[in-house]
Amino acid sequence: MTASAPLLQLSGLTKAYPGVVANDDVSFNIGPGQIHALLGENGAGKSTLVKMVYGLVKPDAGEMRLRGQAFAPGQPSDARKSGIAMVFQHFSLFDALDVAENVALGMENPPPLRDLAKRIRDVSEAYGLPLDPTRLVGELSAGERQRVEIIRCLLQDPKLLIMDEPTSVLTPQEVDILFRTLRKLSDEGTAILYISHKLDEIRALCSEATILRGGKKVATCDPREKSARDLAELMVGQLLTPPERPARPFGDVVLQVDGLSLASNNPFGTSLKDINFALRAGEVLGIAGVAGNGQDELLLVLSGELASPSDRVCLLGKPVGQLGPNGRRELGLVAAPEERLGHAAAPDMSLTENAYLSGAHRKGLAKNGFIDWDKTRGFAESVIARFDVRTPGPHVVARALSGGNLQKFVIGREIEQNPAVIIVNQPTWGVDASAAATIRQALLDLASQGAGVVVISQDLDELLEVADSFAALNEGRLTTPRPAKGLTVDEIGLMMGGAHGMHVAEEVAQ
Amino acid sequence: MILGSIQPAVLIAALMVAATPILLAAIGELVVEKAGVLNLGVEGMMILGAVAGFIVAVQTGNATLGFIGAAVAGGLLALLFALLTQVLMANQVASGLALTLFGLGLSALLGQSYVGISPPRTPKLDLGPLSDIPFVGRAFFSHDALVYVAIAIVIGVWWFLKYSRAGLILRAVGENHDAAHGLGYHVKRVRALAIVFGGACAGLGGAYLSLIRVPQWTEGMTAGAGWIALALVVFASWRPFRALAGAYLFGGIVVLQLNLQAAGVKIPVEYLSMSPYLITIIVLVFISSGKARGSLNAPGSLNRPFHASG
Repeated sequence: MTASAPLLQLSGLTKAYPGVVANDDVSFNIGPGQIHALLGENGAGKSTLVKMVYGLVKPDAGEMRLRGQAFAPGQPSDARKSGIAMVFQHFSLFDALDVAENVALGMENPPPLRDLAKRIRDVSEAYGLPLDPTRLVGELSAGERQRVEIIRCLLQDPKLLIMDEPTSVLTPQEVDILFRTLRKLSDEGTAILYISHKLDEIRALCSEATILRGGKKVATCDPREKSARDLAELMVGQLLTPPERPARPFGDVVLQVDGLSLASNNPFGTSLKDINFALRAGEVLGIAGVAGNGQDELLLVLSGELASPSDRVCLLGKPVGQLGPNGRRELGLVAAPEERLGHAAAPDMSLTENAYLSGAHRKGLAKNGFIDWDKTRGFAESVIARFDVRTPGPHVVARALSGGNLQKFVIGREIEQNPAVIIVNQPTWGVDASAAATIRQALLDLASQGAGVVVISQDLDELLEVADSFAALNEGRLTTPRPAKGLTVDEIGLMMGGAHGMHVAEEVAQ
Repeated sequence: MILGSIQPAVLIAALMVAATPILLAAIGELVVEKAGVLNLGVEGMMILGAVAGFIVAVQTGNATLGFIGAAVAGGLLALLFALLTQVLMANQVASGLALTLFGLGLSALLGQSYVGISPPRTPKLDLGPLSDIPFVGRAFFSHDALVYVAIAIVIGVWWFLKYSRAGLILRAVGENHDAAHGLGYHVKRVRALAIVFGGACAGLGGAYLSLIRVPQWTEGMTAGAGWIALALVVFASWRPFRALAGAYLFGGIVVLQLNLQAAGVKIPVEYLSMSPYLITIIVLVFISSGKARGSLNAPGSLNRPFHASG
């Protein structure tokens, strides 16, 4: 394959945004039928690079050649006409439209919807990705939504398929199915540009990898010949120490949930069904699950944003189901939701104000009904100092911080309150590796001081790193927590529901 | 029977006439909202259409030209809204309210020398033998062309949204503008076109009031019809034929209110005048309860500003 002329040649691509060079003189080639990995941390410039190839962003300098011809797509439809298709990281789907309509929107010249429905059925079966064209996308699981995106691309017979972090929403079994599909496509001559930061996947799938760091290409190599450690060093540029977790005895139960069922407040949300678990002091409970299986609802009902029957949730032995977030904070339960901007932090308020919003009660930041600004600023500054939040000062608005820094701030803000129980959802989503390590270490430190910690995450590696016990959410049901030690990725995958819609999920968690 | 003095055929005919202005304004606003934009300036665009249509018709002596002028005037005012909200990124709610107040003021200014004049007559559409059918002919086939144009627009909008590719793109833009942008569709262009269409429809609706239904120009003559049209879009849960049914229902209430007064029924008219809004509030509560399927039809990006990034 490598001997033939390259399909796509990138040379000297550069793109700068105000204050940051997203891509700096990046060059590499993709051969026909090749599965080429684009590897890098969050913010390394992977997304900007593929947006240039797909015509969403214009490069400042450099050129692209497709099959030897100069290629400068002005908009995505130009790229699609040239045989380039893209599966987005954050799905470009429309919840209230059906599968066929969604597919039609991504095509240049779609056939009438009835013919299209038939073609969707044919193609989806040929590639082992069953899909009903008449269903509303809002009702599909994350894995099925991805199939919609893939099939939308396949119907256009692409020569190059770009996939941006495709496995972050899939169970391990669904990843296997996806890889089989991709290998089949590669055999048929379709080149694939595969973007990821998951080293094992890339080593299993790709024959060549280009590694980006800080917008620059640092290497092009054959990932199968490199160890995961080598790749990680190239990607991060430094060695990372895995978090320490000293062995520790667990204390009494601090948070108990019994038979909790709750209808979601969102029409496309997932209702919780009969959730049971007990969290002991010093324990880290990891909750896995593909996005949209009830994670948001679980966080809301534990933090107090959604009320439940009083005795379903017990904190330190007290029923708290009817207490709101502030009531629970006073008793010692704090939470950090997934969405940093708009949920965990008010975007246009300063860090000091954001510190007050969550810390007012436990840190005594109000005096006679007035805000004690000096004390609040001191609290914000202590969070900034302890968690190494890179910001000019606590007067900066939350929106101005980068994702990783803001995440350190919102998690640190809760940890600084010395809670008895902390609930976090996706604590390191979109955060670079060193910030992620800081956050995980802080959670483990808190647990070793005797707090109960619930980590809800879609990142299995993260959960295996921090969790003492392990459970999975699948369609609003929580499996019985098991000790994390000795669990294999396969077992975890089955706990997460296996491959949705491929075969009946097996019950393993007894 | 107390309602004995009300003739059903006349009632239906009056109802269709009463419903046409709000139907026109509502079907325009429905398209705008399907594209993800909330334009609260319907009332302003209607009244500007009313006065512009009136002026053009009087000056040219031709009612048809008046209607065209009304559509152009409504579309121009809507273009201002599009400029404010899509290019200058102004808040949609505030801009829409400002548009209503501006339209009311501007129309009063323009119409000063036209108060008390009669506009040229709009001929009834001659449907030949259809109009002679007993009852049906009197009720349905004895109207001016605009009544049928309004119905045709509803059918056209329904077909456009359901079957055409452009309609699919418009719904996609209203449902998730970030995804639509990611696929390479021009969110702002689609929205601007929808806004102008909405303005033209509202202008037509206004001119129907000043040229046919009343027919005269008086200041503030739309008297809340634009707000009823806005309520109607929600009541119809963004579906064209429900908007048609809703317009006739609301139109029916207006006509019934007049007839009941004439028949001497002692119901305070205020109850009937507030009923469209009450029904709309009930529908809104029903939709936001989250369980109703109707909620899925609400455009996902409605009233959310779109900032292109990356």
